[in-house]
Amino acid sequence: MAFDSFADFIAMGGYGFFVWLSYGVSFLSIVLYITYIKRQKRQLTQHVVAEQAREARIAAAKQSQEK
Amino acid sequence: MFVWLHPYAKTERAYALCNTLMPYFLSAAILGLSVGLVWGMLFAPADYQQGDSFRIIYIHVPSAILSMGTYVAMAIAGLVGLVWQWKTAYMSMIAMAPVGALMCFISLFTGAAWGKPMWGTWWIWDARLTSQLILLFLYLGVMALYYAFNDRQQAGKAAAIIALIGVINIPIIHYSVEWWNTLHQGSTITKIGKPSIAPSMKWPLLISIAGFMGLIGTLTLMQLKNVIIERELHRPWVKQLLSEQETK
Repeated sequence: MAFDSFADFIAMGGYGFFVWLSYGVSFLSIVLYITYIKRQKRQLTQHVVAEQAREARIAAAKQSQEK
Repeated sequence: MFVWLHPYAKTERAYALCNTLMPYFLSAAILGLSVGLVWGMLFAPADYQQGDSFRIIYIHVPSAILSMGTYVAMAIAGLVGLVWQWKTAYMSMIAMAPVGALMCFISLFTGAAWGKPMWGTWWIWDARLTSQLILLFLYLGVMALYYAFNDRQQAGKAAAIIALIGVINIPIIHYSVEWWNTLHQGSTITKIGKPSIAPSMKWPLLISIAGFMGLIGTLTLMQLKNVIIERELHRPWVKQLLSEQETK
């Protein structure tokens, strides 16, 4: 273990701000990118579901007209 | 020779392959990153010159090396698309672009946060830093060009050509620290035969690089699945897949 205490670990020998800034921003940007991918997937799914519902409505309307 | 590869030109097979590969990349990412980063942050000794600030290396170097690696992979995918006219090749090309750009951004940002305490400046127009910034612009250029076309096949062709031209930047980044007098230090782990980094610092770094490889693989597969779905939105298998997922 390179550090004696938790406070030492956070302080990073005086470079705490820079080290934790690097790790924080890297982690955050990866998390944000994953959120973006998930949102994109959800939007695509919703689009397909809406489209299918619309097709079903059209088919139903056509059937009721034929009667 | 490459006949075994042919079925993956079909998007449905490619999508299934993404799902098959995902757990391997994901476990490599989780394992590599947790072991590499915990070892690097907690157990590696402090540097004799840079103190604990050198611990930024465990994200800076992997993201920098792999932003270049991802670029080469992206350009190869583009070349495959151009030569064999495979749409799945273009799809993997454009799926790698945002992931590579993310890695490039991380390497630039962590580099700045490391440069401030060590060099006294966040940024300098040094050959290494500038060529890495150009790499970010190349990634953004590939994406901008691709999404500027409505016809995805045309888009793939144009973006692949830009990606291939941009490969010239990769050796420039790598040798920039030798060709020019840079503030950025020379390479330490890729010096063949005599790496100038202590083993106690090198091992966590290598494990972290492996973890980043897993992460890049995972993100690329996630993105590629979306790219395939977006392109094949009106195919029956995509409609069925998505409506099944919605009802779950």
